[in-house]
Amino acid sequence: MTPAPVIELRNATKSYPGGVHALRGVNLTVQEGELLAVVGPSGSGKSTMLNIMGTLDKPTKGTVEVAGYDVSGLSDSRLSALRARHIGFVFQHFHLAAGRDAVDNVADGLLYAGVPLKERRRRAREALAGVRLDHRRSHTPNELSGGEKQRVAIARALVGSPRLLLADEPTGALDTASGELVMELLHELNASGTTVCVITHDNEIADSLPRRVRFRDGEIVSDTRSGVPLGPRTEGAGS
Amino acid sequence: MKNDLRPARLSPRDILRVGAVGLRARRARVVLSALGIAIGIATMVAVVGLSESSRADLMARLDRLGTNLLTAEAGQDATGQRIRLPENAVAMVERIGPVRHATATADIDARIRRSDVVPEERTAGVTAQAARIDLLSTLGGRVAKGSWLNPAGERLPVTVLGSVAAERLGITRTGETIMMNDTRVVVVGILQPLELVPTLDRVAMVGFPAAERHFGFDGHPTTVFERSTDASVEDVRAVLARTISPGSEGGIRVSRPSDALAAKAATDEGLTSLMLGLGAVALLVGGVGVANTMVISVLERRQEIGLRRSLGATRGAVRLQFLTESLLLSALGGATGALLGAAATYGFARVQGWTAVVPPWSLAGGLAATLLIGVVAGLYPAIRASRLHPTVALNAT
Ligand SMILES: Nc1ncnc2c1ncn2[C@@H]1O[C@H](COP(=O)(O)OP(=O)(O)O)[C@@H](O)[C@H]1O
Ligand SMILES: [Mg+2]
Repeated sequence: MTPAPVIELRNATKSYPGGVHALRGVNLTVQEGELLAVVGPSGSGKSTMLNIMGTLDKPTKGTVEVAGYDVSGLSDSRLSALRARHIGFVFQHFHLAAGRDAVDNVADGLLYAGVPLKERRRRAREALAGVRLDHRRSHTPNELSGGEKQRVAIARALVGSPRLLLADEPTGALDTASGELVMELLHELNASGTTVCVITHDNEIADSLPRRVRFRDGEIVSDTRSGVPLGPRTEGAGS
Repeated sequence: MKNDLRPARLSPRDILRVGAVGLRARRARVVLSALGIAIGIATMVAVVGLSESSRADLMARLDRLGTNLLTAEAGQDATGQRIRLPENAVAMVERIGPVRHATATADIDARIRRSDVVPEERTAGVTAQAARIDLLSTLGGRVAKGSWLNPAGERLPVTVLGSVAAERLGITRTGETIMMNDTRVVVVGILQPLELVPTLDRVAMVGFPAAERHFGFDGHPTTVFERSTDASVEDVRAVLARTISPGSEGGIRVSRPSDALAAKAATDEGLTSLMLGLGAVALLVGGVGVANTMVISVLERRQEIGLRRSLGATRGAVRLQFLTESLLLSALGGATGALLGAAATYGFARVQGWTAVVPPWSLAGGLAATLLIGVVAGLYPAIRASRLHPTVALNAT
């Protein structure tokens, strides 16, 4: 049985006024349970695509389906509900709330899914254990290292058990050892069934992932899976 | 295609928690911008409280003193001659139907000194008057020290001092003596301030018989005081002058002392409106401060807004967050202001010896004004926050 696609971009185009074309007719299908790297030079449209996949942005042309929903037909509040329930984000710069401890930061990942406070906190502590930060629960961001901050951010993204985790250069601001730990966590998360999409500049990281989508000037120039080159629209054996 | 997504509603508790996030992170700014509202509300609550307390006190005093006292004072007739009231003026007034009681005082020609070593010309701004012994009860006055003139005392060279007179003469105890002309007079009593007839506070009073015997007083009163039934005060006022001095009633000044007290309440009202206006201006400035703080808060927290959108916050949730923040900010100021205003009222009333009155409507009004300001000041920033594009917000610097 072919697994259902979690993401389906068809001819996705994003243009900005002034003739900037961030995406030019991108077609991409991501199946449930995939772990893929998005690589490419700076300014090639990787973040733009990730934001569109995460429904934070809409394409100027083309269709986007996420978790079985046609994004273009959804109102702001339904899109928000989709993000709250099915999508987790990890950003290069963490975006943690200063002055609030790790548990509270992670618990916010469940706030807009309507989970009561006690339950949010309980699950936040579990998620922190999952990223091996039990011992930093009551630390505020300025008491954490960069790698620890990113692990808190990962815990916040996964605390709601999303189907899809989108990470925009999650290791970009980290040293090698912290970056490796972050990637290890993303692998574990993927192994438990979550679809993970990681933007990275680091070829070594990209090569370690089962699928690599390469970007240039808003277009996908290659899409390789487990070392086997594939055409952009053909579907392979999967992972 | 599925279409079953519905955003979760935040519980009221979560709405408050999220709304307070921004306040907890920037305490100094919160205190400063809430201060404006606090000053405005405190001013208004205190002004209303003080004016109500003072009015309540005045009403209580008028209640106690009564509003049925009229005075008729001898002035000058058409030719500028000083009118002499008849010796039996009190009896004549008492014959007016509704009059229940009448009494009198009379100016006497006696200079007052603290002692005989003080030269004649250095009088102390205290005058002498003869008073009938029923004067004090008629005026509703009270003795502070010693006693009032009694049937024996009114014949003796003894005096009762008004409160100001005692102070000016430096007399704090009874038994001391003062000089009236060349007669040594013993102070037997000191009065509390006479609220209805404050002019008597500066007077040293002796009995009618004593005044006649020692100071050459001719027995003609200068001022007649009378109390009638409450309903007939105006009727009595109409006939009082004519009754006392038929033919030269134009030279008799009739007045109702309680009117002066009531008029004081009216003049206070103008001041109250002025202070209320100032409070409103302070409140407005406070509201502008809150709006300013909120606009800056939204600008500074664009990344947080972007993050919340990525976590699934709807536009409405973001709007509500900042509106709640603005409401909490102004409510904080309002509550502090109401407390300060009430405390100021209690403190000031205590000093004045009033019973403090803080009308509930002033607190409710303050609260309503506060909430209104919170909404008005927060609406524009909240709408701006909610309209931020998620990716633009996330990438803001
Ligand atoms: N809001 C925007 N307005 C105009 N141009 C934009 C905007 N956001 C991104 N771009 C442009 O779109 C292109 C792709 O950007 P981005 O997706 O961030 O690249 P990457 O993440 O691969 O570095 C860039 O040329 C960038 O300048
Ligand atoms: Mg990027």
